[in-house]
Amino acid sequence: MAGMASPKGNKAEASIVDGRLGILLLPSWVVIGILLVIPVLIMFVYSFLTQDFRGGVIWTFTLEAYDQFFIDRGLFGDEPAQLEWTYILIFWRSFLQAFFAMIFCLLIGFPTAYFMATSPPRSRSFLLFLVTIPYWVNLLIRTVSMKFLIRDTGPINEWLMAFGMIDEPIRMINTAFAVQLGLFYSYLPFMVLPIYASIERYNFVLSEAAADLYTGRWTTLFKVLIPTVKPGIIAGCILVFIPSLGAFLAPDLLGGAKNFMIGSLVEEQFKGQAGDWPFGAAVSMILLTNIMIVLLFYARSQTNSAGRGH
Amino acid sequence: MLAAKPIQRGVDTDMAVANKKMKWYPGFREITLACFFILYAPLIIVMIYSFNASQSITIWGGFSLQWYEEVFFGIEAEKFKKATINSLIIAIMAAVVSTVIATAAALAMVRGKAFKGKSLTFGLINLPLMVPEIVTAVATLIFFSVIGFDRGVLSILLAHIVFCIPFAYLPISARLQGISSIYEQAGRDLYATPGETFLLILFPLMVPGILSGFLLAFIISLDDFIITNFVKGAGVETLPTAIFGAVKQGIKPNIMAISTLMLTVSIVLVSISYLISRIGRQN
Repeated sequence: MAGMASPKGNKAEASIVDGRLGILLLPSWVVIGILLVIPVLIMFVYSFLTQDFRGGVIWTFTLEAYDQFFIDRGLFGDEPAQLEWTYILIFWRSFLQAFFAMIFCLLIGFPTAYFMATSPPRSRSFLLFLVTIPYWVNLLIRTVSMKFLIRDTGPINEWLMAFGMIDEPIRMINTAFAVQLGLFYSYLPFMVLPIYASIERYNFVLSEAAADLYTGRWTTLFKVLIPTVKPGIIAGCILVFIPSLGAFLAPDLLGGAKNFMIGSLVEEQFKGQAGDWPFGAAVSMILLTNIMIVLLFYARSQTNSAGRGH
Repeated sequence: MLAAKPIQRGVDTDMAVANKKMKWYPGFREITLACFFILYAPLIIVMIYSFNASQSITIWGGFSLQWYEEVFFGIEAEKFKKATINSLIIAIMAAVVSTVIATAAALAMVRGKAFKGKSLTFGLINLPLMVPEIVTAVATLIFFSVIGFDRGVLSILLAHIVFCIPFAYLPISARLQGISSIYEQAGRDLYATPGETFLLILFPLMVPGILSGFLLAFIISLDDFIITNFVKGAGVETLPTAIFGAVKQGIKPNIMAISTLMLTVSIVLVSISYLISRIGRQN
């Protein structure tokens, strides 16, 4: 029955209700415009204001926040300017963490997505359901569960010691490894789902054709399937990389003080009296800018592959 | 001319068997199992340990409901109770409002013809998903501060509505796209007004999508931590922020119990949402 909808009918029907339909978009525009777009713009302005002692701002325009981020003027602010590495290092560390989280998600997520997409149809939707469920469990609880698992007194160490395999607990918590694990655990479903969607749409006739030409299965995978499924893979990578970059819970709960990431840096600026709001705003703006650059590359790669007529 | 028959996956023909062999890769099944194991193990272990009878967190002492008792009747019960009520109120209201807004938006986007701002609107609706949560949290906090809006339950609610909209929008829009416009056409042919067409024809068909969207928005609001933590102000706690505060003081078994309760609720709600869309699809 669905196939019987005539194109003419669609157009005629749409034009009758169409004039009124624009109004339906008004609430979305109002809500998201006022509560997201404008706040971000205000945040942009804030990054150019002066810090007030009790947290908050004085409306004097200055580049002080960005200066604090990039330039080191010594303890009393009167030494010759040098590049301030502290915050850049934090960004660099966050980029690395996000990048490796993405890689691990890819290494585990791709085979999983492939296996799911090539399962019999009935198992497919069940597997899909299974993969999505952990995402709907509170991220805080998932991170806490991971923390519980890998602490020095946690189950993993307890069992390893009980079986006599180790004498002392393996230090896993408060390491970069723990943060990696946390990020990987948080966003793994985001990698699996887009790749699954792409592979499901993939026409295996292409692989068959390759097989007819005596291509080995691994070559087929890398030279036929993966290039075709690339949009899904890239989408999955982006969906893991971007949230990981700005993540707060994993570094805070699993990483400890030595694994400070952007999220922790920002959060620190807004805590109580000691906060530096303009600086926090500046760091957020820098984060947002980096992410927009990543998204821009992504959008460009999408239009490029579309242009090549895939 | 012999037309090539589309391959029917799952049917046991020679060709299908050969296809299965060709699609198989060594190790992929094992990696998939590992993947599911990694996803579920921490949760399952927390669930198991929430029933631990011993005082120590990690040494298993037998099965007991003592931690659940403590959650509901113990010292901190009052704090968690208040936090839960806050979370529920905010989640329900945020879900209702965002579902209404999302339904309106879906109607306009799916049924309306192309207009200039359409892709921009699509970007706008998905904007809360694109902006990293921490940036949204900071921006919202600053915004409320600038306009002098008191931080409290209402500020949390407003922030939640914003990021719930795209989550409610997705299933509603998907469902609407799958509804042929034949029915509305028929209504129009029978002289129904657009309002009647919507209420009596389109809306009932959309219900599974709308319910799904509502449930998703509800869960997302219930689960939110970062944005809530920023905009909540000193006196208010939601369940996630209360849990976070408690964890900062050290993981105690009652946290395991609460976590188990929360994750059970989430799983139940998602399953319901999933079943609703399945039933909807079969209709």
